[in-house]
Amino acid sequence: MATAAADNGASRTAAPAQNALSGRVVLSAADIDRALTRIAHEILEANKGPQDLVLLGIPRRGFPLAVRLARKLAAADPSIAAEQIVGQLDITMFRDDLSRQPTRPPSPTRLPAQGIDDKVVVLVDDVLYSGRTIRAALDALVDLGRPRIVRLAVLVDRGHRELPIRADHVGKNLPTSAAEKVRVRLAETDGPADASFLEDHVAIESPAGAETEERTR
Amino acid sequence: MKHLLSTRDLTPGDAIGILDTAEEMAAVNDREVRKLPALRGRTVVNLFFEDSTRTRISFEAAAKRLSADVINFAAKGSSVSKGESLKDTAQTLEAIGADAVVIRHSAAGAPHRLAVTDWIQAAVVNAGDGTHEHPTQALLDAFTLRRHLARVAGTPSAGADLAGAHVVIVGDILHSRVARSNVWLLTTLGARVTLVAPPTLLPIGVEHWPCAVSYDLDAALDQAPDAVMMLRVQAERMNASYFPSTAEYSRLWGLGDERFDRFDTPAFKDTVILHPGPMVRGLEISSTAADSDRSQVLRQVANGVSVRMAVLYLLMSAKESAR
Repeated sequence: MATAAADNGASRTAAPAQNALSGRVVLSAADIDRALTRIAHEILEANKGPQDLVLLGIPRRGFPLAVRLARKLAAADPSIAAEQIVGQLDITMFRDDLSRQPTRPPSPTRLPAQGIDDKVVVLVDDVLYSGRTIRAALDALVDLGRPRIVRLAVLVDRGHRELPIRADHVGKNLPTSAAEKVRVRLAETDGPADASFLEDHVAIESPAGAETEERTR
Repeated sequence: MKHLLSTRDLTPGDAIGILDTAEEMAAVNDREVRKLPALRGRTVVNLFFEDSTRTRISFEAAAKRLSADVINFAAKGSSVSKGESLKDTAQTLEAIGADAVVIRHSAAGAPHRLAVTDWIQAAVVNAGDGTHEHPTQALLDAFTLRRHLARVAGTPSAGADLAGAHVVIVGDILHSRVARSNVWLLTTLGARVTLVAPPTLLPIGVEHWPCAVSYDLDAALDQAPDAVMMLRVQAERMNASYFPSTAEYSRLWGLGDERFDRFDTPAFKDTVILHPGPMVRGLEISSTAADSDRSQVLRQVANGVSVRMAVLYLLMSAKESAR
């Protein structure tokens, strides 16, 4: 059993198409683009139009996703100017695990010029997991203003929620085990820094051996 | 980083990291709710064995904006006047539950002593020790200068160092912990520093510092520096006469009206005046210069809160076990 798992893992990483992307790729660049297009239309549909929409990305990878979503919204509805509805919301100082983690430097918070009071704020993040990041984001939002509605859009929902939080718009529901890691790589954040970066993708990384066990369960 | 004792220990990366974090803290100070929950439930003790207005208030405001509890301690009116030692005072505060101790002491090395001994576990921030160092003042000076240079160049200040900048520091270098901290920090960040003072107010060994030294303020100003930092003559630390008269000092090493008129020439277009405060108007700086729009004194005070928030956050946010 143990040898079979090891062989399995070895043959997968050796596959030519995935030599730079270790782990199991679950969303390709084209999949990500399609999911964002759908989410953009869902946002417009849920809001019954483009009125008062503000997209706030959560650093690091939520922000480029928010920018991409804003462009897709602008493409779908010409009355939207993409750069005027998108912002970044830093949540570092609002985390509930600050004292248990090594010190993190904060990122800038940038709001659109129109502010967020009485707007429909869509929080955008890459992976929804425990829900604690979103709780921190809601706290951060309260200190900045009073939106009319707050919604949540995520590229991947991997389950394992620890708080009563759900996403309104999901790119892909991805059942995972808590031992696995979901890795999102985007050109904007990872392209310049990572020499092995080829294209946008979402992959699941498993600790050695655990992957097969999880799948046979 | 566990303690902040000296700017000499800071690498360029550390220093830029503190300034960048301060940049985000400054954004909070512009918001409607000027408060962050980052240090909720932590306690900062301001342990001041020497008088201070702006440093203590600045640290207090910084700690409160990060939601920490603040205990202010002044040596006057405490058991120190009954003869209690630094060790006993510090351990008393630790027993009360201090997570960080901000200390100002007339003896150089007192913060270092608290940090390296096992007297207390709390993070130690040096808020001025004798004539040794005052790191947060140097950090806020660098922050103010970096923002000014970025504004002039039209570039973002985050991530930048001070490469190519020239700073002239004038006055009582001998007794100035601000000058020492600034020499180390500004040169670490790539700036060039020139110290200007009467020979009697320069410390022994200054020739080994990474900076130029001059006795002639007018000659130093001929180079049209980016910033001129005027220091106060620390009469309370002077047990001898270091110059013949205050009028002579003011004429030769003060930024009086006549010397300030030179700043109207094009070479000085973007030169700013810094002063760590408190200013003695009429001695090292004239009111015209102090109240001009070149003077960054009030910006320095405002930036001081942001820089101290950054320092407290970086030292305190992670508990010992997570570091």
